[in-house]
Amino acid sequence: MVAKTLKAIRLMADFLQFIIAGTTVGAVYTLVAIGFSVIFNATRIVNFAQGEFLMIGGMSAAFLLKAGLPLWAAALLAIAVTAAVGMALEVFAVRIARGAGILMLIVLTIGAAITFRGVAQIIWDRNYHSLPAFSGTAPLDIFGASIAPQSIWVIVVCLVVVAALHLFFTRTLVGKAMRAVAADRDAAYLCGIDVNRTMLVAFALAGALGAVGGVLIAPIALIHFESGIMLGLKGFAAAMLGGIGSFPGAIAGGLVLGLGEAFTAGYLTSAYKDALAFLVIVIVLIARPNGILGKSTAGRV
Amino acid sequence: MMQFVPARSLLPLSGLALALVAAPFLLPNSFALGVAILAILNAAVAVGLNLFVGSAGQISLGHAAFFGIGAYAAAILSGTYGFNGAVALLAGAVASGLLAHASGRTILRLSGHYLAMATLGVGIIVYLAINQEIGFTGGPDGKAVPPFRIFGAAVVGEMQWYWIAAIFLLIVTWMALNLVETGYGRSLGAIHASEHGARAVGIDVAAVKTGIFVLSAVLASVAGSLYAFHIGFITPSEAGFLKSVELVIMIVVGGLGSVFGAILGALLITALPQFLTGFHDYEQLVFGLLLMLVAMALRRGIVPTLATLAARWAR
Repeated sequence: MVAKTLKAIRLMADFLQFIIAGTTVGAVYTLVAIGFSVIFNATRIVNFAQGEFLMIGGMSAAFLLKAGLPLWAAALLAIAVTAAVGMALEVFAVRIARGAGILMLIVLTIGAAITFRGVAQIIWDRNYHSLPAFSGTAPLDIFGASIAPQSIWVIVVCLVVVAALHLFFTRTLVGKAMRAVAADRDAAYLCGIDVNRTMLVAFALAGALGAVGGVLIAPIALIHFESGIMLGLKGFAAAMLGGIGSFPGAIAGGLVLGLGEAFTAGYLTSAYKDALAFLVIVIVLIARPNGILGKSTAGRV
Repeated sequence: MMQFVPARSLLPLSGLALALVAAPFLLPNSFALGVAILAILNAAVAVGLNLFVGSAGQISLGHAAFFGIGAYAAAILSGTYGFNGAVALLAGAVASGLLAHASGRTILRLSGHYLAMATLGVGIIVYLAINQEIGFTGGPDGKAVPPFRIFGAAVVGEMQWYWIAAIFLLIVTWMALNLVETGYGRSLGAIHASEHGARAVGIDVAAVKTGIFVLSAVLASVAGSLYAFHIGFITPSEAGFLKSVELVIMIVVGGLGSVFGAILGALLITALPQFLTGFHDYEQLVFGLLLMLVAMALRRGIVPTLATLAARWAR
């Protein structure tokens, strides 16, 4: 009887552990997915350099810390640097290539991703780097599950960012203009909205969001110049899963992906957790071609 | 009427044959010849992929999976189980075709970024399976491939492989040039222009799309098998996302929908990194910047842009 109860408690603790691990990873995927959506809404471009924004944020924070800055200053400066990189990408590449076909634009952003990786290994190096956890590493014990304080940081910061974005898009003029451009670019232009500025803000925002993700995850997962590839793909998957362009969709997609990975790794096999994530996405796309929460515009033939 | 070689393809096709015959005598050393073999095999994959992407207007970000299946079929069936190389190559082609058919029937209903995501997903699943099934594939460490044997004699040396690759590319190019002149080829263009329109004139859109996906997958698989036998050692990265991206870059840079654009793009994208190794640490940076420049300056790819310029100049 006692043994049975103890076993049940342990199973519950495991379950809780997986939920928290999955939510942590899912929160980071959400940030990447929102970055994809912000740029997609403003430009209809899928930015394959979004993962590189995480890499740039994490790496620059690590090196600024090494240069002697306090952690909070290094993190803020890294976010500003990455936002500037995003703006540079818009001004010097995306604006010039406007009107090119969808595949050419994919090549453009993949070219940008390769360029960023190239620059990163020159100005920094090819080694793995990490940041210290924001408030120690002593795990908290909640109902038998042990939780790293950094996990709580990731989840809370992600919630704050999502709330701030919600306010930005519903309460500010710039945010409303961006939603107008997302809904109908030509109509927004005719209403006097500066579409160029909207695109610039979108790239700055996506850069900053990526950097926040990179700074948050650097204490948990080591970061190096190629870290952006898989993070970018997972974020893209999360965005597509929820329906690209949709913010609730990005959150749902990120969480489903993160939790799915955590439970697959916990209960089935850790070897195939990545593969299962992509299998789920292929199945979801076949069943619902516009994502879980996507708008039901055409797309299925 | 079906011709053996369509009249307007005769000149470019003989030009390609001439270039392929002349190249080994102009290349300085066996290293350059090795790069040429790689470029030719990539070109064969690119020509097939370009039928699917350029002509039919679809997207695949997972085509390296089929290249990888061909390569690993060669390594596993020929290496581990001792089958003849040709049997291994055919088995890989059949496996790739079946996978393309099974996945194509469902995911090809999608379009745009959603199709990109789905093909990317299928590609990554294959890549991860190759990485994980260490018992069969050797996992991330890669796997050795025994030499290819024809009637008991091993095909060795760069020269022999060069001619095999060159003949393969010529056949693929001839087939692609012919295909776009057939009714089937025209229906690809119709689907590209408008799927609803294509259906309205009685084209079985799903069957045509799946068919061209299967064809391009089989070509990628055969090229992958030949690559594996030639190079003698393969790793999972042959099936990876970056290889898929590289294939798409070849056809976009060369020119979507242009058979010779795909060949030129494959040649450039394969050879460029060899020249860039001189830049050492700056290799990735230069490659990335060049890609961005092409995307900004040559939106339609090199061959179509040059063709337009030439036509204007001729007038």
